[in-house]
Amino acid sequence: MDKIRALIVDDSSVMRKIVERSLRQAGIELEKVVEASNGAEALVALRDNPVDLILCDINMPVMDGLEFVRQSSTVENAKGVPIVMITTEGSESHVVQALTAGARGYIRKPFTPEQVKEHVLPVLGKKP
Amino acid sequence: MSPDTSLVTRSHEENWQPVLELAVEEVFEIMLACRVRPVSATEHPPSRDFTAMVGLAGALAGIITVCCSTITASCLAKAMLGAAAESEGEVADALGEICNMVSGNFKNKLSGTDDRCMLSIPTVVSGGQYNVHSMANGDCMSTVVLFEDAPVTVTLQLNN
Repeated sequence: MDKIRALIVDDSSVMRKIVERSLRQAGIELEKVVEASNGAEALVALRDNPVDLILCDINMPVMDGLEFVRQSSTVENAKGVPIVMITTEGSESHVVQALTAGARGYIRKPFTPEQVKEHVLPVLGKKP
Repeated sequence: MSPDTSLVTRSHEENWQPVLELAVEEVFEIMLACRVRPVSATEHPPSRDFTAMVGLAGALAGIITVCCSTITASCLAKAMLGAAAESEGEVADALGEICNMVSGNFKNKLSGTDDRCMLSIPTVVSGGQYNVHSMANGDCMSTVVLFEDAPVTVTLQLNN
């Protein structure tokens, strides 16, 4: 698999590190990792950083993950880029809201590297 | 419009203690690679150097706290990160995330919460001289688990 550029959006720096580690453990080679601590920061980061994959929390200050997904469709660098939510919000209504807004996958915290692999590889067009 | 009290009623009628214990056990096993079981709170009184809090709002309102000693908080952060935390802020961040995941996992195990119960982002307090005073006036339950032989106390306090 080609190396990819990933944007990881979470208000916890610890969780951003864990998500990055989980991607590597899933066998995904990372050319570049861009980090943002909320949706608004992520929108700004996207303007200067084309990426191949976005992993995003939901509950964040300033701008939550669902609003970020809605607004990201207006950012050129985000068009066509798969977004996978990684969140403690596990209810069906949150899943539906995320997928309706444009997310392509949904992972509930706590999560294993295997779950990351299972949900992320298909949106990158790879078999898990 | 009358307030939605069905979840509060359920909290009186159902025993949510095992749900809380399972939520804690799963977070420790999956995120910290550590199998834990509840132990006696009397034999293992809480250390409160660090307290992480996540608020519940909506039909189910209250607070979930996770508290432990400074050393245990550092060990938890190290287990999550796979390396020692770089700062006290990172230790607090890790404990806040544990509280966040326990809260979400607990909520997700209760059927019918959906959009009717929201979680706050975590807050973490550290230092030796403080008390946590919750305004929650309903049921209270807690579970204590040992992480590297030291207690980690998880408490759920609900509003009536």
